[in-house]
Amino acid sequence: MNLDAKLIPDGVQRTSTLNFGLTLLPWLGLLGFGLIGALLCFGLGLNQTAMNDYFAFGLWIVFDLAVIALGAGAFFTGFLLYIIGRKELKSIINLAVIIGFICYSAAVVMLLIDIGQPLRGWFIFWHANVHSMLTEVSFCITVYLMVLIIEYIPIILENRKLNQVREFHFFAHNLHEVMFIFAAVGTFLSFFHQGSLGGMFGVMFARPFAARPMFFIWPTTFALFIMSAIAAGPCFTLLIATLLEKIGRKKLVRAEAKQTLANIAGKLLAVYIFFKIIDTIAWIYGPAQNAGLALGDFYRDGPYGQWLLFLELGLMGILPAILLNIPAARRNTLWLTLACLLTTSGIVLNRFVMVVVTLAIPVLPFEQFIGYLPSWQEWAISLAVIGYGGLIISLSYRYLPVFPDEKALNA
Amino acid sequence: MSVIHPTNGIMYGMVIDLDKCTGCGACSVACMTENNIYVLKDESDKTRSITWMRLYQVENGKAFPETESVIIPRPCMQCGQPACVPVCPATATTKDEIGGIVSQITVRCIGCRYCVAACPYHARTFNWFDPWPLYKNHVEQMAGALNPDVPPRMRGVVEKCSFCHHRLMAAKARVYTETEVKNPREKYHMSEIQAVPEEYYQTACAEACPAEAITFGDLNNPGHRVHQLLKERKADAFRLLEKLGTEPRVYYLSSRRWVRKQADNYLNSPEKTVG
Repeated sequence: MNLDAKLIPDGVQRTSTLNFGLTLLPWLGLLGFGLIGALLCFGLGLNQTAMNDYFAFGLWIVFDLAVIALGAGAFFTGFLLYIIGRKELKSIINLAVIIGFICYSAAVVMLLIDIGQPLRGWFIFWHANVHSMLTEVSFCITVYLMVLIIEYIPIILENRKLNQVREFHFFAHNLHEVMFIFAAVGTFLSFFHQGSLGGMFGVMFARPFAARPMFFIWPTTFALFIMSAIAAGPCFTLLIATLLEKIGRKKLVRAEAKQTLANIAGKLLAVYIFFKIIDTIAWIYGPAQNAGLALGDFYRDGPYGQWLLFLELGLMGILPAILLNIPAARRNTLWLTLACLLTTSGIVLNRFVMVVVTLAIPVLPFEQFIGYLPSWQEWAISLAVIGYGGLIISLSYRYLPVFPDEKALNA
Repeated sequence: MSVIHPTNGIMYGMVIDLDKCTGCGACSVACMTENNIYVLKDESDKTRSITWMRLYQVENGKAFPETESVIIPRPCMQCGQPACVPVCPATATTKDEIGGIVSQITVRCIGCRYCVAACPYHARTFNWFDPWPLYKNHVEQMAGALNPDVPPRMRGVVEKCSFCHHRLMAAKARVYTETEVKNPREKYHMSEIQAVPEEYYQTACAEACPAEAITFGDLNNPGHRVHQLLKERKADAFRLLEKLGTEPRVYYLSSRRWVRKQADNYLNSPEKTVG
């Protein structure tokens, strides 16, 4: 028996070493492509992107916001399992944590490439401006990434070979015992940075498209981003679980775990969409009207048209909210997958609109409307996140006991 | 220097008379020379060009005999309620307590561009390119062409109009040397807080304008021309995007109604034109 076989968890079926190596190639390719883009940006500067003074934020910030929202499954599943006590979620918690780790670590690296002076990144902590939402986001995602690493470590140490080391075994075991503390810390941190990410846009009072009514220091987007993240995060975890099951042609997660997550995500999504519609109306008759603008002024033809609003709220909001709240539809894998796909797409679209459309709309009456198409370097770095995720999930699935119920479900 | 004004009330501002402006661009050129602003290899890309004082040409949108146009020079508005200052995560931009100039600390700026996104006037620009090769050329070909009072910026940081803040520093130093007080400590304190005379501190654009369309000074000081101008031509004065609540410190004057209408968005207004 070679080393590779010895590392695979006990009693589960995995593909041959050669096959596995071949499946890693596309992920490595994407990562390598991204590395070229990153080196170009570090070496030659951000002129390698298609961003400009009108589009100060671009594809990367959309990707950042999207992966952070989709990574919310980690803290929310942890919250439901360790704090609320939904024991059935043990079946999916490891996957949720790994996805969270991938999303957050990728977001931090992307942010580092996105700033013009990466070597000064630590100035956010050193010269912190407590009034800035971005300061709060930076602090929170850095600390939360540490929490995710702590949550990921015991999963790594449970690898068959590593777990034979006595110290590793007990360390992992003890970490599991105190995991509820980290779940609580993660929940606290996540609520704040998910909110602050939304707050970042709501506080831009001089950008009428993003500006929202304030509740003390928090704009309404603060609450909306939290709600949308905890609705979309579990959906994304379910999507990845379903994808892995389809690729591996076996059952990995207990149906109860999936149903619990889908049920809660569905209810949260319904609440979110309800408040999002109220917020949209409040915005049209509040900040937008005060700025002298009507709804029609914000949406132009083509890719920035009003269809964005209806797509986000209707097809990718109300529809999946209905689907996820019908028990029969939820139990059908096809409908469940479709609903999860629509939910996650809706949240990504929401983040896109908040970033790109906000910046696309000229505020000065005599200012031009300028379009934005990302450069290949921007795409390379963004796609590298997918390559990175694929790589980490592939390695984890093969060598770590990610799914505790896999053996029982496929017996 | 007999009268010493407490500086708590100082509010530096600008009044730009659009009736006088010919659109010659001297203000913009003077600004670039004064503040060591570098020129891109391809300056046709205006979305990445660094311009602190930008000129907008706006038309009234009417057919030939009635066609009119106006040039709107746009420096940083040095807002009373800046959208850019509270968003900066690294405290790289601040609003001066005395004088109210919105500063940009370029050596602390990390280049996240959140301020660029927050500013509705496009007064903030990012250094997309490395200016160093250009400065090297300057040193070789035009030795000493750079203004030693203004530090050049590096790639990857945001920069903006500073109301020629270095000139305020120079004016303060001048006041300090000219003030006759026995106690040196008191003298220092006074030069820090006292108002500088109007002629000691003028921005490069105001100085360069051949039509004298740009007036600069302390908006709160009744002795300054900006204060008097706003009083004299109250009906013609307007600011850009006043509805947003940014409280700009740059005022415009125009006797033409359609020009004043260009300053803001008016919901469902038939007079709204986009140039």
